[in-house]
Amino acid sequence: MATTGEETFESQPQEGETRRDFLTLATGAFGAFGVGAAAWPLIDQMNPAADTLAASTTEVNLEPIQEGQRVVIKWRGKPVFITRRSEAQIEEARKVPISALVDPEKDEDRVQKPEWLIVVGVCTHLGCIPLGSKQGEKRGEYQGWFCPCHGSHYDTSGRIRKGPAPTNLPIPKYTFLSDKLVRVG
Amino acid sequence: MSKTNQTNSVVKWVDDRLPVFTFMQHELHEYPTPKNLNYFWNFGSLAGIVLVTMIVTGIVLSMHYTPHVDYAFDSVERIMRDVNHGWLIRYVHMNGASAFFIIVFIHIFRGLYYGSYKAPRELLWMLGVLILLLMMATAFLGYVLPWGQMSFWGATVITNLFSAIPLIGEPIVTWLWGGFSVDNATLNRFFSLHFLLPFVIVGVVVLHIVALHTHGSNNPVGIDTTGNDDQIPFHPYYTVKDLFGLGVFLVLFSLFVFYAPNYLGHPDNYIPADPLQTPPHIVPEWYFLPFYAILRSITFDIWFLDAKLLGVIAMFASIGLLFILPWLDRSPVRSARFRPIYRQFYWVLVIDCFILGIVGANSPDDPVFSGLDGFQFIHLGMMSTAYYFFHFLILLPLLSVIEKPDPLPASINEPILGGGGNAALAPGKPMEKP
Amino acid sequence: MHKLATIVSLWMVIASGHSLAAGSALVPAKQNWSFNGLFGTFDRGALQRGYQVYNEVCAGCHGLRLVAYRNLTEIGLTEQQVKKIAASKTVKDGPNDEGEMYERSGRPSDRFVMPFANKNAARAANNGAYPPDLSLMVKARVGGADYLYGLLTGYQETKKGVEIPEGMYYNKYYPGNLIAMPSPLVEEGIEYPDKTKATVKQMAQDVTVFLSWTAEPEIEQRKRLGIKVLLFLIILTGLLYAIKKRVWSQLHN
Repeated sequence: MATTGEETFESQPQEGETRRDFLTLATGAFGAFGVGAAAWPLIDQMNPAADTLAASTTEVNLEPIQEGQRVVIKWRGKPVFITRRSEAQIEEARKVPISALVDPEKDEDRVQKPEWLIVVGVCTHLGCIPLGSKQGEKRGEYQGWFCPCHGSHYDTSGRIRKGPAPTNLPIPKYTFLSDKLVRVG
Repeated sequence: MSKTNQTNSVVKWVDDRLPVFTFMQHELHEYPTPKNLNYFWNFGSLAGIVLVTMIVTGIVLSMHYTPHVDYAFDSVERIMRDVNHGWLIRYVHMNGASAFFIIVFIHIFRGLYYGSYKAPRELLWMLGVLILLLMMATAFLGYVLPWGQMSFWGATVITNLFSAIPLIGEPIVTWLWGGFSVDNATLNRFFSLHFLLPFVIVGVVVLHIVALHTHGSNNPVGIDTTGNDDQIPFHPYYTVKDLFGLGVFLVLFSLFVFYAPNYLGHPDNYIPADPLQTPPHIVPEWYFLPFYAILRSITFDIWFLDAKLLGVIAMFASIGLLFILPWLDRSPVRSARFRPIYRQFYWVLVIDCFILGIVGANSPDDPVFSGLDGFQFIHLGMMSTAYYFFHFLILLPLLSVIEKPDPLPASINEPILGGGGNAALAPGKPMEKP
Repeated sequence: MHKLATIVSLWMVIASGHSLAAGSALVPAKQNWSFNGLFGTFDRGALQRGYQVYNEVCAGCHGLRLVAYRNLTEIGLTEQQVKKIAASKTVKDGPNDEGEMYERSGRPSDRFVMPFANKNAARAANNGAYPPDLSLMVKARVGGADYLYGLLTGYQETKKGVEIPEGMYYNKYYPGNLIAMPSPLVEEGIEYPDKTKATVKQMAQDVTVFLSWTAEPEIEQRKRLGIKVLLFLIILTGLLYAIKKRVWSQLHN
């Protein structure tokens, strides 16, 4: 306010300018960081919550599943196909030459125990659920699964053989807790 | 409207077709503002920022909230415990409501002190009162959503206010509830309306700002600006001042959010709603306390109007009369700086409102001072309610006639005659620029 | 502004003067909790002892329905310990393929198992008094942790002239003084594995710390973040003040 103060400022305009520039830059940087930091919680809240993450395992009793039978269970809100494969089905999956596959993967790498095939039942094309798990449903040309939305055919190892889907049915993380008990997730 | 000198061709292209940049240049940059605004003029833009914060956090919370009587309480607790940063977002929203009211109350009392409601700003003021009403409705609806004991019983008591209306009161209450008590239907509609009203507020705020920018801000001296010497562009002077004010506010606000998030709340709202048990003390949120005190202060019938109806009328009238304030106070002088008598009574009104707040927080039949059993809160409430209405309905019209204002300066640059220590350096300043 | 200050202090005087006069129950004394203050944290030892008190003393009647077993890692238990605790509980689940509800052992993702099937069962087992859920108890009572500690240590023989009805007990901090819960803690009622002496005061303190955590599990995170936010904002506000001064000083030329 005092006139003397103003004169001091007036007599050293250059120093004042640089100080102001530095100030403006520093404050701008601080402010931008603050806005970004404040935005993060608002974005991160849309990620899965702690209870959602914790509840993402499902235990399945394999006891009642007969040879050749397929069951569908729900894991993380999605279907998981569990197949107790017959010798013939395992044979069929293993005799295919790797070079004939769209997404080359050995059947041995897709199962922990050859008898049990566990795959996520979501078509890798656009997310429909392929047919073939229930009796009498169309299983496609390779006796696996057939997606009715855009006609993708999967084989008895859940691998894509024909149609628009780009990759094989994914394998979820699972552990055999005992011979007849598996935990998915 | 003159065009901005934009060098960027994209900006120019857009501005030619939709003059948003010209608009911003005019209303946020060049907008001529009186140069003598004090820090009480910070609270308008601050309220706007808090409104945006409330809407953003509210939308986020609604992504996780379930408006059902069986799930509402637990879904809020899930936000507090499991949703990423959920506790932070909810506490910001919760304390943001209180902050919004503190800011708006200061904003209103600033308007009262400096006569900001007077011509030509009557509509600006009335839109502001409308915003206050909408805020109160929104806050009340929002407080119901966590479905705690205070939520439930607050909703019950407030909706029952409408039963005071003769003949159609009961049907109105049933209609509000969508049933025969506050229940799931009520919670659902309250959620819907709580989501809607903030956007209505935004609409009214836009009108409020349009009205403001038509005649510009009032100022502490309360006289019209006379020319360019009185005014400075909004940017950078007031943008930077508002930002500094925002910083101070955020520091104080963070103290609440991080260190006393439930200080302004009531513990009973962490008990799930129980329609079969009323808590021993029903208290509204602090910002409703003065109005709650006025509601309870009417304990007598007048003619055919019973006390219950009169209480409701008085409560709504306490805000309603703010709408006609520009016509109650006919004094040609705006600022209380030049109104020696009004200035005294202004502070009496401030004290009165604080006292009403205290009365609202206490049981009516408790003594105000321990040991003085004859003087209960209900009596204090009656006195302060009486003063509130006396102030607006009798004192202000009377002062307009009998008060002799102090002499006004010719411009806001000119110091008040005989006042202020800096009188020596100010004269001559307006003449520096032709 | 001094006027405003006067008004506020006047308000404080009236408000505080009244709160002292109100109520029949005593106001519990303030305790020095480790989670108070700007840098407050929970004492892990106290949390775990408190969990033990809850588990062995309170859990028979009081639920903790908002807390999951997985949350116990936050009080310093290992994943293995939590799994063991969860597995020792019986959880009702279902329906299974036959449409029947069935019982299974708990998992960390389960919420604490409730002591009673529903409110009515809880009332029936407790002479008509409902033992409230404790998840939010510290937040849901005036006085918070101090009140809870006071309540647990506030049992007394009846005051002169106060008639105690059958099934009620006298507690100097309980509103109305008559409480349906008998004094839950007895000297050496449990045995702490860390050899802390299980006095009533010690147990009351530990379980209060534990229940403060169940009510506000975010408290440590909140305070840690708060310090950073405050420091940041103070610096930013200082910078803004400097800019504001600089910009406005031009005006006086």
